[in-house]
Amino acid sequence: MNTVKLVAIFAENRPGQVARITEVLSHANINIRCIIVASTGNCGVMKVLVNDPDTACRDLKAAGFAATLTDVVAVEMPDKPGALHSVAQCLATHDINLLNTSGFAANNRAILVIEVEDPVQAGEVLKKGGLHVLTQKETLSI
Amino acid sequence: MFWHQEMETLDRPALEALQLKRLQETVRRVERVPFYRGKFLESGLKPEKIRTTCDVQRLPFTTAADLRENYPDGMLAGSRDEVLRLHTSSGTTGKPKALFFSRRDVDNAAELIARALCMTGVTKRDVLQNMMTYGLFTGGLVMHYGAEKVGCMVIPSGPGTSERQLMLMQDFGTTVVHVTPSYAFYFADFLEKKGLNPRRDLALRKAFVGAEPYTEETRRKIEAALGLDVYNSYGLTEMNGPGVAFECEGKCGMHLWEDNFILEIINPATGEPVADGQTGELVLTSINREAMPLLRYRTRDLSSIIPGPCACGRTHRRIHRITGRSDDMLIVRGVNIFPQQIERVLMSIPQVGRNYVIQLEGLDDMTVKVELSPAGFDGQVGHLVKLQNEVVEKLRAELFVRPKVELVACGSLPVAEGKAKRVIDKRSL
Repeated sequence: MNTVKLVAIFAENRPGQVARITEVLSHANINIRCIIVASTGNCGVMKVLVNDPDTACRDLKAAGFAATLTDVVAVEMPDKPGALHSVAQCLATHDINLLNTSGFAANNRAILVIEVEDPVQAGEVLKKGGLHVLTQKETLSI
Repeated sequence: MFWHQEMETLDRPALEALQLKRLQETVRRVERVPFYRGKFLESGLKPEKIRTTCDVQRLPFTTAADLRENYPDGMLAGSRDEVLRLHTSSGTTGKPKALFFSRRDVDNAAELIARALCMTGVTKRDVLQNMMTYGLFTGGLVMHYGAEKVGCMVIPSGPGTSERQLMLMQDFGTTVVHVTPSYAFYFADFLEKKGLNPRRDLALRKAFVGAEPYTEETRRKIEAALGLDVYNSYGLTEMNGPGVAFECEGKCGMHLWEDNFILEIINPATGEPVADGQTGELVLTSINREAMPLLRYRTRDLSSIIPGPCACGRTHRRIHRITGRSDDMLIVRGVNIFPQQIERVLMSIPQVGRNYVIQLEGLDDMTVKVELSPAGFDGQVGHLVKLQNEVVEKLRAELFVRPKVELVACGSLPVAEGKAKRVIDKRSL
């Protein structure tokens, strides 16, 4: 199953909150590949793609954070105009709603991280559409 | 189990006869206090006119303000030489209220605690860790003496430093704790973070929880989190401290020791008695104190009498858990609100945690900050918004005022070691 685990952490929307989280990750020697922050008024959720999600989640919980693992789809796109459109079009034809989207580019490769209700189904659809859906291991080796 | 079965199960006529005798003695005793002598003169009341326990209603009220005005020793009925101990109440503003104990008062207070502990099955084989503040607060010493009377090994740990509390519990096999509800929660969180399971790793069986009003939902949460039985405990410094009314194993209301206190529930606005079962202000007359008995003390605690006998066989009537304080009441946008109403709503929503603060700001804005329970977090922002809206709607339905609700991180709100401060009023009215 080509899904990728993100660590999701509850944080209050006030100065110093991200630093409290990154302090824990830094002590655990966790490398962050991608970060997504979604906020709603006074609080929000920070999601990180890291090299060792299980350790990151465990250490954050031990430090008193509300943290959990959440599955997303990481899909590779050519780094050129129209690439995102091809992914969006593919999901649209299959009536899949995007909850949250983010992406990063490294070593001439562009990776789109998408959160959907059913990541397994979305991964299948994208694969059938001829796109390269990454495994957890692949995501971390970019 | 009974500590003093005869007294605890005394039939009502005999109990009322004892109350009358002690009330008459008390009225004669307080004639020495200028405050009461003045009140008696004003109303033309003579001690010999007290002929039934109902005549207590002819006596003047005593208020917290009266105690402050007569600070430090204006309310002392005995001589200073007979006084063995001083306690004061946690006065949040200005002078505290002072309460004196004679040797007999110290012993009687311990006696009532001994009854309360035995009532739930505590024996001399128990190890009681008293996590209440020692010092002027009665929750420390008064409980301590009572538990010693039962023969428990008492660990006077006081509050705070959870690491040390845990060490004592593990090294000495603590089976019973006396603790505030907020500290019980804090300690449960602490154990969880340490990865400890109290059912497996500790010998705790019972907790006497008091000093702050709390709800039935809070009791269940503490019981689930610590794996023990929680017994609701009521007392106030002005009436010896803890031990005034405690629960029996039935956990269905607190038996108030009527051989020591005359119990009334009144309408706080009119001073008139309310019917059994109706909520009103608890008014107590201490009829078995020497150094400083008080007549019809306005506790400002809201409760009600639970009518009918209790299955445990005790004849001393039960009062309902304290549902608020008449002076805790907040008025927000013209609506009367008790913090306990807010607590009850929050505790009914599993995704929110145990600690909360009510903040009043601006002209009349109420914000309720509540901790998100780590177990209730699934990483979805949409679910946080939904939860926040659910809390707002449930509070609005209970209070008839729409508060703002902020979810905050678990452990981010301050935990008081003594009484929790739940309301922060910064309104510029």
